[in-house]
Amino acid sequence: MTHPYLPNTDADRAAMLQAIGVASVKELFADVPQDALYPDLKLPPAMSELDLMRELQAMAARNAHLNEHACFLGAGAYHHFIPAIVPHLVFRTEFYTAYTPYQAEISQGTLQTIFEYQSMICALTGMDAANASHYDGATAAAEAAILALNQLPERNKIVVSPTLHPEYRATIRTYLAGHDVDIVGDEDLSATLEQVMEKHLDDKTACVIVANPDFLGRVRDLKPYAERTHAAGALFVVSAYPIALGLYQPPGHYGADVVVGEGQPLGNPIAFGGPYLGIFATKEKYIRRMAGRLVGQTTDTKGRRGFVLTLQAREQHIRREKATSNICTNQALCALAACVYLATLGKTGLRRIAELCYHKAHYAARKINRLPGYRVDLRQEFFNEFVVECPRPVAEINAALREQGIIGGYDLSRDYPHLGNAMLVAVTEMNTREQIDALVRALEQSAKRKTKRRT
Amino acid sequence: MTIVANKLEPIIYELSASGRAGATLPECDVPETPLPQHLLRQELDLPEVSEVDVVRHFTRLSQKNYCVDLGIYPLGSCTMKYNPKINEEAVKLPGFAALHPYQDVNDVQGALQLMYELQEMLGEICGLPGVTLQPAAGAQGELTGILIIHAYHAAHGDTQRTQVLIPDSAHGTNPATSSMSGYQVVQVKSDARGNVDLDELRRLVGPQTVGLMITNPNTLGLFEEHIREVCQVVHDAGGLVYGDGANLNALVGIVRPGDLGIDILHSNLHKTFSVPHGGGGPGAGAVMVRRDLAQFLPGPIVVKKGKRYEFAIPRKSIGRVKSFYGNFLALVRAYVYLRSIGKEHLARVAEDAVINANYLLARLKGTYKAPFGERVCKHEFVLSGTPFVDKYGVRTLDIAKRIQDYGFYPPTIYFPLTVPECLMIEPTETQSKESLDEFADALLQIAEEARTQPELLKNAPHTAPVTRLDDVKAAREPVLRYKRAS
Repeated sequence: MTHPYLPNTDADRAAMLQAIGVASVKELFADVPQDALYPDLKLPPAMSELDLMRELQAMAARNAHLNEHACFLGAGAYHHFIPAIVPHLVFRTEFYTAYTPYQAEISQGTLQTIFEYQSMICALTGMDAANASHYDGATAAAEAAILALNQLPERNKIVVSPTLHPEYRATIRTYLAGHDVDIVGDEDLSATLEQVMEKHLDDKTACVIVANPDFLGRVRDLKPYAERTHAAGALFVVSAYPIALGLYQPPGHYGADVVVGEGQPLGNPIAFGGPYLGIFATKEKYIRRMAGRLVGQTTDTKGRRGFVLTLQAREQHIRREKATSNICTNQALCALAACVYLATLGKTGLRRIAELCYHKAHYAARKINRLPGYRVDLRQEFFNEFVVECPRPVAEINAALREQGIIGGYDLSRDYPHLGNAMLVAVTEMNTREQIDALVRALEQSAKRKTKRRT
Repeated sequence: MTIVANKLEPIIYELSASGRAGATLPECDVPETPLPQHLLRQELDLPEVSEVDVVRHFTRLSQKNYCVDLGIYPLGSCTMKYNPKINEEAVKLPGFAALHPYQDVNDVQGALQLMYELQEMLGEICGLPGVTLQPAAGAQGELTGILIIHAYHAAHGDTQRTQVLIPDSAHGTNPATSSMSGYQVVQVKSDARGNVDLDELRRLVGPQTVGLMITNPNTLGLFEEHIREVCQVVHDAGGLVYGDGANLNALVGIVRPGDLGIDILHSNLHKTFSVPHGGGGPGAGAVMVRRDLAQFLPGPIVVKKGKRYEFAIPRKSIGRVKSFYGNFLALVRAYVYLRSIGKEHLARVAEDAVINANYLLARLKGTYKAPFGERVCKHEFVLSGTPFVDKYGVRTLDIAKRIQDYGFYPPTIYFPLTVPECLMIEPTETQSKESLDEFADALLQIAEEARTQPELLKNAPHTAPVTRLDDVKAAREPVLRYKRAS
């Protein structure tokens, strides 16, 4: 019985066991409790490649995917255009079958791409230094909170904006569960940022974490809030949407000490939630407090430019229990996709993508706002996502949209119940005018018609 | 390596020329809306390069990398096994790659089925039926595990426990995780045979013990000979045993950690279950737990009701450790691997991994010092380079650099910290006997070179795209981003 991933034949095994000096494989497991050896596992039988691929295709076909359905869901994960060269390069075997570049001399490919990623993230966010990435936007936000607590050890309060992504707020709470830290600011989800700061910002506050655009899509000039946070001696952390940074002021210019964000929109497929990458960038003075991998430029013995993992004294394999974090990887391949994406779109392309998102979203918002029963606050600045007040529960409306092949927006009733029947609609460059017009028509119809909820 | 790979490759910004574009974008098909001028950025310092520039730049860079598809990549504790190509085809299926995580569960039943069946298979293989697929990596799995132990004690009103016991051979992530979770780390010594010192363990446990984090086989590649006693000692003190499953590849199909007394285990799906390492990630760090601990798992997890799959939040969940449900495409790859290997071949994976490691050890232990060479190893083993330092002034680092010249990736070096001048070698089951012989021949030749031409090692590598790089300079004067020469 052979399997293509297992090259050794029975004859090879026999020769090797003889060289080892044992009579059977079992002798190699003599130190394992013998009563527990070779359990009879309930596992499916092996499959041929042909049969397995057929089964996988059938399984994938049970999912309604975004190449065949207009999608207006965002809420932290976005369906964006990925130029063909991005997956083509990312799927090069030299990249995806390598590991962490411990041996720098034969890992220069990975190292230089990370250096370029770091450079472009700095440009995008307006910060001094970026790491090689965290797991995702949520964990990057949690690591920012930890950086602030380490920087200001006498402080034990993290203030989060009520409109920071609910899953980011939950992740920050999980990460800090073992510590004497108060995470506040989102008790009243209807509170404004002014009210939150008025209530909570004080000399115990290590940082304030705000999203821009926020979870409800709103874009603001955060400079006054950054100044107010700094006046209280705390760090100002901004969670950003990298595509929006093609258009808007970078957080580094309005006072952010740390910029985090979900990097998925930069060339990574939406992929049911992962793998993604967490953007993390900061100012010069916090570099040594930053967790995660960092690549630095140096020279070889012949004076040629080269790249290495650097400032590893912060990391777990050296510092062990004194490390800044337990993270020992990055999302290298996702960061590579982001790097290739940013290089491909470049200065003008990223701006163009951002403008397309902006124009299409505003077109959609205006048309929806004209529909009887629906309302969008058009006075509010937004990028590509906005809240629609609906005449009926969003679940019912979405069921009606789905019948017409449209995947509707995010139902806010669970996370923000005070908003009533509110739908968060995201529009990207992937949505054509026809799709938007179809959405508007379907919304109009579903305002009147009762549809059964699917179960 | 080709000649192109050894040419200095410019930084992408150095290829930039004003007016070049790498992508074509559609015209705007809706009426435009005035932009909010006061909020806009004034500049955006990204490169301007053509599509051809991008493709050549990153292709050239790729050629400066060693990778599993070129040959043995024997990093100890990293399990650099072959990454099957059907996995990479599966993740491109739009029914997996183009799903939004917030779609209605009725629209993603295939994805949920895959996750559910993977949960079931991992639980069965580990003998620990509660499973979460959410953690993004092994280190996040550890954090999840320690938080579950924290929640378990809290649920029993047991809030006085402060210490996590960790053997001195543990991965650095174990102590880092424990202190990240607010616990004090207490190190447990190994005995002369490389096991946890049971007497010392008995001395250290008590009502203050949160639990033990143990890697089995440990980072010396040795199976913990008293694993049941070790678990019993910790359980008797009221603590839980966390298994670091980084080395699960030695045990799959052979023995289930849950049958040995482990309460919680993470598995690096990018090690044992063939998900590619991607140059450092993404991986996935599923966590398996005893049935009674499943109520604490991070949510959501997938449950099956009749023929329908749903998401559910465990009753006393510790909360989520990241957004959404986990690194889904990594889960797809692990699932595809397990369906291909199946029940029939799973034990052979571990057997061949262990045979390959012992075979390499047998070939090398006469020439290199093998501190635990009298024991059989599991999937990996350690060698010490101290004799080469003493006799020829050649360090393990020099040996590792010289290995590159022979066209192989070097093993893990200087880890575990308990073995001086350590080389930690893990061949995996996906190496043929011939490829192991080539690698062993190279290491034996290098040992000979250390005696006859030590300078050859001290100046290695000689054939890589760059020679040895100045780490000290990189750390003293950090250059972490490209800056234009002014």
